[in-house]
Amino acid sequence: MSDWLTPEEWQAVALSLRVSFWATLASLPLGLWVAHLLARGQFRGRQLLNGLVHLPLILPPVVTGYLLLLTFGRKGAVGAVLDQWFGIVLAFRWTGAALAAAVMAFPLMVRAMRLAIEAVDPRLEEAAATLGASRLTVFATVTLPLILPGIIAGAILAFAKAMGEFGATITFVANIPGQTQTLPSAIYSFLQVPGGEGQAARLVLLAVAIALAALFLSEWIARAVARRIAGA
Amino acid sequence: MLSVAFRHRLPGLSLDVAFQAPRGVTALFGRSGAGKTTVINAVAGLLCPDAGRITVGDRVLFDSATRCNLPPAARAIGYVFQDARLFPHLTVRQNLTYGQWAARRGRGEDPDRIIALLGIETLLPRRPGTLSGGERQRVAIGRAILSNPQILLMDEPLAALDDARKAEILPYLERLRDEIDLPILYVSHAMAEVARLATTLVLMDQGRVTAAGPVADILADPATAPTLGLREAGALLMARVAAHDDDGLTRLDSAAGPLWLPQLAAPIGATLRLRILAQDVMLATERPQGLSALNILPATVQDIRLGDGPGALVRLAAGDEAILARITRRSASALALKPGQPVFAVLKAVSVARENVGQG
Repeated sequence: MSDWLTPEEWQAVALSLRVSFWATLASLPLGLWVAHLLARGQFRGRQLLNGLVHLPLILPPVVTGYLLLLTFGRKGAVGAVLDQWFGIVLAFRWTGAALAAAVMAFPLMVRAMRLAIEAVDPRLEEAAATLGASRLTVFATVTLPLILPGIIAGAILAFAKAMGEFGATITFVANIPGQTQTLPSAIYSFLQVPGGEGQAARLVLLAVAIALAALFLSEWIARAVARRIAGA
Repeated sequence: MLSVAFRHRLPGLSLDVAFQAPRGVTALFGRSGAGKTTVINAVAGLLCPDAGRITVGDRVLFDSATRCNLPPAARAIGYVFQDARLFPHLTVRQNLTYGQWAARRGRGEDPDRIIALLGIETLLPRRPGTLSGGERQRVAIGRAILSNPQILLMDEPLAALDDARKAEILPYLERLRDEIDLPILYVSHAMAEVARLATTLVLMDQGRVTAAGPVADILADPATAPTLGLREAGALLMARVAAHDDDGLTRLDSAAGPLWLPQLAAPIGATLRLRILAQDVMLATERPQGLSALNILPATVQDIRLGDGPGALVRLAAGDEAILARITRRSASALALKPGQPVFAVLKAVSVARENVGQG
């Protein structure tokens, strides 16, 4: 691997994988909760929440990144509190890149999970309740296993989106090699330098390979789970 | 004892029901849209009535006066849905024991006994997706019983099945009724099932209870004929298998007199439940001679109820049993029928259908 990729390129790939992994994992519980709220919740402001979740999908990524900088930057409303109270700094760090990736991938994750939750027959949950299961138990033993394919699909979609995130990331955490230079940022940097097309092309191929692998993996897992449920 | 009394308004139907379900099978019978499922859902806690009170023994499930409304999980009910509703991601065994491992309800019936009773031993490792409709419904029944309920609710558990599957499950339901000490509330719009299974009958029409009581009494009451439908009107008789004759007939003894039916599989001494549809009973003022019908019972006219059409329903007392006959008004006046008059009821042997002969 190290023969094929320069240390700088390898750094970008490893960072991208790390950023995407944590972005996906950390947003899973919140995504599941929001998807459940949107699918089943009966409350005022449901449409507002729906719009808010989808905002990163329709806003220019630069705008999302700038809003993140305003909010989570060291002088931002939330960023200042995190810095002073917990010593957590997100701006211009890899953790900030993970936050940007998570925010950008969130709508896709929630959408996949929401569709899965809406596909669950509520009458099965009723049946579980008549058998004596509390609401939490019904969710854990009936709803969750049935929406597992949707959760996996949502997570892998979010991972793929996080791998490709560029606009919001570069605006929020810039493009510091070894710190915040993810795979897309590295490709962008190489293309800015005369003669960098070769390096860029290798990373492009790698990006395509990772995206395809993620896609096939999600298809395979979803099919295996569906087969289990159908009961072969 | 389940005791139900509530009012509830639905779009297009306003319910006001009150009845009691003692031990045994209480059938809730009525046309589609009469509100039967609403009643059972109110008992299960899946629907909150506008006002009323629902209790099982001294346990209050719902009381609008004290604002008590237990959630379904806390009601200790077993609910068998029309559409089984098995959990597709679990095996049959995990489905059956769901109430024990997921809901931590105490152990009630012995799982092995129920599994044997329902004949589902071989299905245990399979998933619901591979089961037939009849198998699914048997598993659903087992799952409800094994959740250790104090009362069993069944919402047309056979309605989604064809006749062959119904015939497959009915014997299991009879065994349950006879071997498990649980009150069962059974919603149905099929009189054949009700006549075979029920001990108590509650008739419903347009959100109201029109009659309630022991099943034989209700079925023999001409006043219930409009709710039951004229085709379904008819009495229930208890009879004991007395002898299997050489010519392929079985002799049954009943309180109304001896009856002969084409060979029954039941052993001598078995008690059967016979259903005699009103439209299959003819009346004669003298003992008919030269008639092919085998089953002729002496009886006394009790009352005559004239319907809106050309028909009349006649309730007869035969021994200790009641029999219902449906004849035309013209015949009623030609025979000059009046209460207290002795007559002969002619039953066509074929009219006692095999599927309507229930044990119990």
